[in-house]
Amino acid sequence: MNARACIVLLMLCISQPANAQGFAGLGTDAEGFAIPQPGQPLDFPADHGAHPAFRIEWWYLTSTLTGDDGHSYGVQWTLFRSALKPYEDAGWQSPQLWMGHAALTSETTHQFDERIARGGIGQAGVIAEPFSAWIDDWQMTGQPKKGLSELKLTARGEAFQYELLLNADTPLVLHGEAGYSTKTEDGKASYYYSQPAYSVTGTLQLPDGPVNVTGQGWLDREWSSQPLSEDQTGWDWFSLSFDSGARMMGFRLRDSGDGYTSATWIHPDGSSVSLPNGALEIEPIETAVVEDRRIPTVWQVALPAQDLNITVTALNPQSWMGTSFPYWEGPVTVMGSHAGRGYLEMTGYE
Amino acid sequence: MLLSVQNITKRYPGSDPDLPILNDVSLELDTGETLALTGESGCGKSTLLHLVGALDGFDSGEIHLDGKALSGLDDAARAALRRGTVALVFQQFNLIPSLTVAQNLAFHARLAGQEDPDHIAFLAERLELHDHTHRYPEHLSGGQMQRVAIGRALAVRPKLLLADEPTGNLDERTGDLVFDLMIELVKQSGTALFLVTHSRRIADRLDRHLLLSCGRIA
Amino acid sequence: MRRTGLAALLSHWRRQPLQLVTLVLGLALATGLWSAVQAINGQARASYAQAAEQLGANRLLGLTAPNGSIPVAQYVQLRRAGWQLSPILEGRVRLNSTTISLLGVDSLSYPVPPAPASDQETLDPADILTAPGRLFAHPETADKLAVAALPAPLIVTDHLPVGIVLTDIAIAESLLERSGEISRILVLPDQPAGLVPLSDIAPDLVLSEPNGDADIARLTDSFHLNLTAFGLLSFAVGLFIVNGTVGLAFHQRRGMFRSLRALGVPLGVLTELLLFELLALALLAGFLGLIIGYLVAAALLPDVAASLRGLYGAPVTGTLTLRPAWIASGLAIALLGALIAGGQGVWHLHRLPILAAPGLQSWRLGSASRDRTQALTGVGLVVGGFLVQGLAQGLIAGFALLAGLMLGAALLLPPILGQVLGWISARARDPVAQWVWADLRSHMPGLSLALMALLLALATNIGVGTMVSSFRLTFTGWLDQRLASELYVTARSDDEGAAIRDWLLSRSDAVLPIRYGELRLADQPGRVYGIADHATYRDHWPLIEALPGVWDRLHTERTVLINEQLARRTDLWPGDEIALRSGWTVEIVGVYSDYGNPNAQAIVSLPALLLHVPSVPNRQFGVRIAPDLSVRLVDELRSTFGLPTSAIVDQAAIKARSLGVFEKTFVVTGALNVLTLGAASFAILTSLLTLWTLRLPQLAPVWALGLTRKRLAWLEVLRSVALTALTACLALPLGLALAWVLLDVINVEAFGWRLPMHLFPLDWARLAVLALIAGGIAAVIPARRLRTTPPADMLRVFSNER
Repeated sequence: MNARACIVLLMLCISQPANAQGFAGLGTDAEGFAIPQPGQPLDFPADHGAHPAFRIEWWYLTSTLTGDDGHSYGVQWTLFRSALKPYEDAGWQSPQLWMGHAALTSETTHQFDERIARGGIGQAGVIAEPFSAWIDDWQMTGQPKKGLSELKLTARGEAFQYELLLNADTPLVLHGEAGYSTKTEDGKASYYYSQPAYSVTGTLQLPDGPVNVTGQGWLDREWSSQPLSEDQTGWDWFSLSFDSGARMMGFRLRDSGDGYTSATWIHPDGSSVSLPNGALEIEPIETAVVEDRRIPTVWQVALPAQDLNITVTALNPQSWMGTSFPYWEGPVTVMGSHAGRGYLEMTGYE
Repeated sequence: MLLSVQNITKRYPGSDPDLPILNDVSLELDTGETLALTGESGCGKSTLLHLVGALDGFDSGEIHLDGKALSGLDDAARAALRRGTVALVFQQFNLIPSLTVAQNLAFHARLAGQEDPDHIAFLAERLELHDHTHRYPEHLSGGQMQRVAIGRALAVRPKLLLADEPTGNLDERTGDLVFDLMIELVKQSGTALFLVTHSRRIADRLDRHLLLSCGRIA
Repeated sequence: MRRTGLAALLSHWRRQPLQLVTLVLGLALATGLWSAVQAINGQARASYAQAAEQLGANRLLGLTAPNGSIPVAQYVQLRRAGWQLSPILEGRVRLNSTTISLLGVDSLSYPVPPAPASDQETLDPADILTAPGRLFAHPETADKLAVAALPAPLIVTDHLPVGIVLTDIAIAESLLERSGEISRILVLPDQPAGLVPLSDIAPDLVLSEPNGDADIARLTDSFHLNLTAFGLLSFAVGLFIVNGTVGLAFHQRRGMFRSLRALGVPLGVLTELLLFELLALALLAGFLGLIIGYLVAAALLPDVAASLRGLYGAPVTGTLTLRPAWIASGLAIALLGALIAGGQGVWHLHRLPILAAPGLQSWRLGSASRDRTQALTGVGLVVGGFLVQGLAQGLIAGFALLAGLMLGAALLLPPILGQVLGWISARARDPVAQWVWADLRSHMPGLSLALMALLLALATNIGVGTMVSSFRLTFTGWLDQRLASELYVTARSDDEGAAIRDWLLSRSDAVLPIRYGELRLADQPGRVYGIADHATYRDHWPLIEALPGVWDRLHTERTVLINEQLARRTDLWPGDEIALRSGWTVEIVGVYSDYGNPNAQAIVSLPALLLHVPSVPNRQFGVRIAPDLSVRLVDELRSTFGLPTSAIVDQAAIKARSLGVFEKTFVVTGALNVLTLGAASFAILTSLLTLWTLRLPQLAPVWALGLTRKRLAWLEVLRSVALTALTACLALPLGLALAWVLLDVINVEAFGWRLPMHLFPLDWARLAVLALIAGGIAAVIPARRLRTTPPADMLRVFSNER
């Protein structure tokens, strides 16, 4: 196995479950990585920046867009951080690794690219204030004193490029208990907050020419050192914005049994309710063959507590991220009790 | 006495020791005399001729050729004998294919160191080869080839000419013509002739006629 | 019927085991020779391909800085402009008293990360990326390093060239003590759309064609070309040998074919049987030949590997792996040769009368018309080769010329030898001599294939030997000229360079700065050197062409010297003008030889270089000093400036190394020479042995006419030696022509420089003696047989019942 594949696996926390045992009370694991603790308030803007003491972290932006050509589009911009050691160092000696994924999806096309870098030399990194996250020339940049509320987003690959302006005036949503999001029955957790309500304008550069777009955006911030249990094989994750102005984040971590679900209901005013394991009910109702494997591309999603019963359908079933660590990620449309759009991410389908 | 063969016995290696190819054979031949040896196939005619020509050794007895006892001669002396005292004519002609008629005619004499161009020219003329001297053996007829062989043999002025079925490969008419020429030249030069043949008709034309039967002179 | 017929055919071999042995051995030798050269070539090529692939840069552009070092910050700046790049920090470093090339790569962006040799080893990225890191090396390199005392654990991998140790750039930085530096940057193949051109954002960096590996490829190609030519020629030699051997195997059994047909075996069935037998024998011999070839190649390969590694720094693994293509080509030559020869045999079989004609049935004199056809074909091939070369330039045309020349000459050999022998025999006085020469001539058809093989083998030896020797002589002479200074010193920075220069000024006879800028010369990447006005250059620099007063003009006018490669490629010669960069056009006053360098190069006066090219590094110097003082100076230099060992180079050491490498090359070439010659001699022996049964009817009458067997035996040996000598005489001009093609046509086409041809008469003499001995030895066995043949056997020729 080559070094890069190892690194990618590490970033996605599939490896080393044995090392992920928490030392209760000490807040670090066996290798010295910090472990999320409940009841510890998040601190902004500092927590917008990187947390080198934690094993993994991401800045995850998805956006559903409509072009002036009338077509629907989806844009993904993700920066992952993975630490080999729980500290940062200058130069090539840095044990912090960075990986960027960018994608541009339409009904018929799905283009993506990947960037990998290490910290220490300035090729990739995140600064909390004024906010700036970058890898190579891909950037997510904020304005001084504005936190994450005004962002400029750019990325380009071999045959695509996009530049988006994002604006949000609602507060950040803290998932779980004030941002402490439990992932397993035995209490493994991550810090998790979002800005789910960006309004977006910008330009996509497609092979056929530029397209001006408008739409909505959703930013997820998450960091942890041990989010998955050994028997958890992957996850199905939804971020949905309804025409009513309400929003929902929900995921299920699959395992040999019923899995572990979690959801957050976000009211139009930005206030939110975290829903416990079992509240979210999801069921695949249609699959497509994507890269030689069956992947659910139409889901039945129910959240009885909010009278939600919807069908979630992939805009482009072939939204496959054929990156070093492959997964499915793409825009979806929502119909049923609520109508709207959103993003779906699915990992662990072999 | 030019040739004296006394009680010769010859066995070939591997053959039955009780059945020698030649068994106690004796004969004599004088200078200028012609002798025909006839007999059935495989009765030892050619073998006797080869012994006389110092081409092969024998087991017992003695051959005196021109006063020399052959049994005591080494390879070089035997070869020297073949270069002058005796000359051979074979049924298969055995010309040297890489040499022209002229070169073949002169070859033996030059080997013997006694090339006589006049004599060779005379022989070529008599043997009706003078128009073919620049041709190679492969372009000659059988009769022509045997005439070259006879010319080559006589060119050394041998004391004894050994001929082994010289006309055996020729048709009757050609054979007779070649034979007539050979006899004529032999007689003219006073050369002794020891001829092996299975033809009574030819044998009868020589001075003497011996019959070899089962390795013995009958 | 088939079984009976085949049994009869095979029974021949039972009665004549020696003929069978020679047939199989002849085929096997031809195959072995070809496959040995192929194996060596293939192995070397595969090693390069692997090395180039593993160095990852063979198809990638590279960025370098004129001063040799790129700051990491600049790399990040280019990355943040969107360019997909991979940085490399490389250098020589001593690990456990072994100096190796350390290749520091960014493990995250390097295009071809090495994989461990064993699947069991799992690599934790943290181990690779963080101290102490991991070192990757080929097993052969690993053997040389004492693993226990290395600064980091060593991981063995087959995917790296020998002599290179790869590690993460973070580890390399500390091992090389060059923190924050990058030696070169690879430009990765897939780039995003719409990037700002590199020349705009990094004007100070030089974008170069695939650099190091291309150099290696072009340089080592020169050596490979030798081997390729050798391979082609040995293929031809092998083909002739196989053809001759099989042809004779057919000829020997003509009587049997006649009998079989007379007894009712149809021609078609007989043909089938013969082809079946032939293919079976060819396969058997082919495999035997592969084993021979493998053994030969395995024995030679360490030397080949060493010579390539030393000569050009090109890594070749010293172990042989069996490649399917190699096995296939080895078997192909055995089958092809056997089929060509067998085809002729079958053709003759179809024309063979059932009943033998009476009278002369042995070798016929070469018919005049066939001689003429062969001569015309030969002339046609030679002329055709020259035509192709004249009409179409290029390497292929060069090889066409080579093939035409060699094959044509081979075909011309029998007619020419026939003429010569005819001429001699016509002038021979002595009857035996006359007979010997005429007889020799009549045997040409039977021996011609073996003689053609010998001719090709000898010519190949002369040609390749001349080429290699010329190469050595030229190259060492060039080393003498180019490495005229006694010491070469490399500083680590311009400041240190200046300090060293000042320090050296008072302690040496002269300090000659070696300074250059990377420019595009006539649109080709190249270097422009600036030199000081010093007698060293005037006395030693190897000029091929020059205008009068070249050195004075170089230092006083706007003039330049260019290397031969540039001159030939652009067809610019003294008197022409060349643009070194915009606004700097100069007159060419001289062209110098620059062997081994594939790139364009030019020399101007140092002030001119500094005037036109900004920030030329000043770190390298040639130092002139009396040789006996140089050792002390080196010590002082090292202790005063703390220079690493590699920073000071003693030219004697360089020359010794180069010469050592050439010695290795000679071992290989010499071994192959002996092999070719041996194979060709074996072909003669085979031919003579097979002719033996056919010879007896011709020797017996001569014996009957009074030549002793001893004398005849000596004549047999003499015949063979004479034929060999005549062939050798003709091989000499052919070999020289071959050398000329290799040096003057193919080398120029391939590499852009002409190698001066040097003549080595002593080598020829040695080869001639070797050939005569070989020819004599080949005849000794048949001659001994003749000497001991019982008269009874000779007499059987005269037997009327034959």
